[in-house]
Amino acid sequence: MSTTLTPVLTANWDQANSFTLAGYGEYEAAKKALGMDPDAVIQAVKDSGLRGRGGAGFPTGMKWGFIPQGDGKPHYLVVNADESEPGTCKDIPLMMANPHSLVEGVIITAYAIRANHAFIYVRGEVLHVIRRLHAAVREAYEKGYLGTDILGSGYDLELVVHSGAGAYICGEETALLDSLEGFRGQPRLKPPFPAVAGLYASPTVVNNVESVASVPSIVTNGADWFAGMGTEKSKGFGIFSLSGHVTRPGQYEAPLGITLRELLDMAGGIREGHEIKFWTPGGSSTPIFTDEHLDVPLDFESVGAKGSMLGTRALQIFDETTCVVRTVLRWTEFYAHESCGKCTPCREGTYWLKQVLKRLEKGQGTEEDLSTITDIADNILGRSFCALGDGATSPIHSSVKYFRDEYLKHFEVGGCPFDAKKSTLWGDQ
Amino acid sequence: MTYSPEVRERLERDAKEIIGRYPKTRSALLPLLHLVQSEDGHVSDDGQEFCAEMLGLSKAEVVGVATFYTMYKRKPAGDYHVGVCINALCAVMGGDQIWEELSEHAGIGHEETTADGKVSLERLECNAACDFAPVMMVNWEFFDNQTPESAKQLVDDLRDGKDVRPTRGPKKLCTFKEASRVLAGLPDDLAGDGPSAAGPSLEGLKVAKANGWKAPEA
Repeated sequence: MSTTLTPVLTANWDQANSFTLAGYGEYEAAKKALGMDPDAVIQAVKDSGLRGRGGAGFPTGMKWGFIPQGDGKPHYLVVNADESEPGTCKDIPLMMANPHSLVEGVIITAYAIRANHAFIYVRGEVLHVIRRLHAAVREAYEKGYLGTDILGSGYDLELVVHSGAGAYICGEETALLDSLEGFRGQPRLKPPFPAVAGLYASPTVVNNVESVASVPSIVTNGADWFAGMGTEKSKGFGIFSLSGHVTRPGQYEAPLGITLRELLDMAGGIREGHEIKFWTPGGSSTPIFTDEHLDVPLDFESVGAKGSMLGTRALQIFDETTCVVRTVLRWTEFYAHESCGKCTPCREGTYWLKQVLKRLEKGQGTEEDLSTITDIADNILGRSFCALGDGATSPIHSSVKYFRDEYLKHFEVGGCPFDAKKSTLWGDQ
Repeated sequence: MTYSPEVRERLERDAKEIIGRYPKTRSALLPLLHLVQSEDGHVSDDGQEFCAEMLGLSKAEVVGVATFYTMYKRKPAGDYHVGVCINALCAVMGGDQIWEELSEHAGIGHEETTADGKVSLERLECNAACDFAPVMMVNWEFFDNQTPESAKQLVDDLRDGKDVRPTRGPKKLCTFKEASRVLAGLPDDLAGDGPSAAGPSLEGLKVAKANGWKAPEA
């Protein structure tokens, strides 16, 4: 049987008041959790098999379990709502339409790790989403779901919505913590991990929006319910974001392990009269795939086995009108712009990649430049504090692997062989 | 120029409210920089001085942070700060053409402001609305599925003072300064405006409903 969609977090998005407490309903899961032992909540999330939805896929319950208990230090929960990875566009509509699922998830998560202070670090460039978060938090306070002695449980929690100020790097958890402490957002060396020394050098859990928002459904329906969806090692559901040359781009919530072929069937296929050329499984930092990967199950293991990463399930789809070299150049310009400058290989490497790719795209390069960019990429990969530099090498290596001839074609014709107008939304008109 | 006593008093009141939310005061620096931007339309010299005083930091420490983040403007942004996404997917879908035509039409480039102070332009990186490509933002509100024509019309309307409505956002666009106040953590009352979700955000749910697909029962 083919895979079907499983709307959970997206199920109420078509309701006019889904972003209000009236539209969302009572926090039944939080009420249930507050009556449980915190360790039992952690165990339930461990049993569910939930893995981080922010890209890395680390088991969420295990991350919570790393927080030392009885250590006398304050604990913190920080929600990473800095969604900025190119192609990734799931957390923003989720917080716009269903912010209460996140706030309720925050209460349960913070209770489980014994935190009394939580933060939602949301990227600043999404004003209406930030309004919705503030409104949801205010409603939760008014209802007694936040503040002191929540619902008579004796548990206290303060939740602050904190807007970022435009820096992709702050999606990296330790850079985010530095930013939240009021510094430039630059990654820290790990270890120590945030679970030991996070915000204000105290034990801290940093979780992605979708991970935290999934927690209430696990508490309500049980770990087995969640684990009943997905694959053996990639359990549960996730939001798959289709963008680009697709008939009906959008958000499709499905069990992990669904394939792009299945998703494209639901989305009306590639735009009419065109065929798929390349795509990212999980954002620009995940190596590109081609039409030969349409049946790869979109779970952590299967995508990894084929040389890419599931990442954030940001499926950016490009058809045959698109120039790979131009696309890779634009991603590379992004990484060069967003490199925080702390580590030399990333700061200098992304800059040089950009220079060489610009030359290549104009058809002014040589075949030797292909060796140069892969060599530069090899010298960035694994040589910086955080994954930004690694991510920058993904489009380079994968595009040269699958589309070497297209790079060469640029030298042969002395320029880009594609008509950029044809790949636009209005290119067929 | 320094702030008048009235402005200073108001800013201090707001700043203290914001600082009070954090276990450690320095965490309030990013919000306070948004706050001074809501007063001056950019992070002014006075504004940075103000942040330093409120948080017990040196001005150099404040400037060091302010210069790291692209949303803090070094010179006054327009009343309407217009961004065009030129990251790979939006660029390919038409963002590059939109930028070229719009920039020429408005007569300004990246991080420049029109002489009347109404509109500034920025080449944006991914704004997390890829399913609505090509995407533009005005004062950080979504303007989805743009074309070169719609983009030029939008900027003309903004300069003519006409009412402009975001695709997914409030009924009326607020100014750059007003938006900055929300970012500082002092929200307006517009959260209830606009749809829960629209267009592509709902495509998956529509397919599920049409086929009777649901998540399994517990």
